[in-house]
Amino acid sequence: MILAVAILLSCQLLGETLARGLMLPVPGPVLGMALLLAGCLLLPGLAARVMPTAQGLLAHLSLLFVPAGVGVISHLDVLGGSGPALLLVLVASTGLALIAGVLTFVAVARLTGDHGAQAPEEPRP
Amino acid sequence: MTALPLPEIWSYLSREPLLWLTATLVAYLIGDHLSQRAGRNPLVNPVLVAMVLLGGLLWATATPYQTYFAGAQFVHFMLGPATVALALPLYANRAQIRRALLPMLAALLAGSVTAIVSALWIARSLGIEGPVWLSLAPKSTTAPVAIGIAEQLGGLPTLTAALVILTGIIGAVIVTPLMRLMRIRDWRARGFAVGVAAHGIGTARAFQVNDTAGAFAGIGMGLNALLTAILAPYVVSLML
Repeated sequence: MILAVAILLSCQLLGETLARGLMLPVPGPVLGMALLLAGCLLLPGLAARVMPTAQGLLAHLSLLFVPAGVGVISHLDVLGGSGPALLLVLVASTGLALIAGVLTFVAVARLTGDHGAQAPEEPRP
Repeated sequence: MTALPLPEIWSYLSREPLLWLTATLVAYLIGDHLSQRAGRNPLVNPVLVAMVLLGGLLWATATPYQTYFAGAQFVHFMLGPATVALALPLYANRAQIRRALLPMLAALLAGSVTAIVSALWIARSLGIEGPVWLSLAPKSTTAPVAIGIAEQLGGLPTLTAALVILTGIIGAVIVTPLMRLMRIRDWRARGFAVGVAAHGIGTARAFQVNDTAGAFAGIGMGLNALLTAILAPYVVSLML
């Protein structure tokens, strides 16, 4: 587990250094993700080493957003007088982006003759 | 029997990271437990429950956010390594991802452009102008990128951070009912769309529902960070 954490942190560190050094418009951790993926493709043993820790972290990915979420709750005043209007914008725009993304994915998948992994049933009500 | 020195205990606890770090984990566990009890009903989002509980607690104890964050920063810090860890579901699903390259790129472009243009367009028609309007442009992308873009455009970084988090929560709450309504059963498409529209919080929701959806959400989030950084300044200049 310590080895896995060290690998994750090293990739993040390398990603941050590259992103800042080359002034790329990508955050360091996203670049670190790409580096780790490349590492796993080159050294298949690496994936097996990091997998359990990665799964543990990702299973509780929601937890990691709680501190930032509390920041929003305690700074609701930054929304100012336009709070309700902004909320309306976010709901409508996020819904539209979801619809556009999912319909495009399904349409292009069909055009390329790929009917994908259809989920037979909804797993939960 | 002497009374407990409660003010002293409180003044110690309120200065150290221990209290708020513990409170963050406990609030999340409560949120996650309620979410499980509700059959992972999207409305009972663990992040939303935890942030309301903690927000109430901070308000009731008159604790400033800075004090809270001194403890919670250890949890916040793990966002970086967790983002790196998204490489593993990508690796595990690499064959499926390679096959879906074309649908992914098309959906990325459609989702990203829709997220930026619709937010700016709806906001303008509701009379939102100036720096607040600009802060909306990067709302679907992951927070560090969004804040960078907002600063570059002349938006308000703090407001952008709040809009990004709210977008993530909204996406995580509406994605399941919306997809069910549209009868979309392709987990790849569902996951990818929520990663593009609602970044990491959407991705966390996708992992809650299905592993394939989670892997595709992770790529959607990563790719949209890159695309929004390129597109947002351009779209804003067209709409000014």
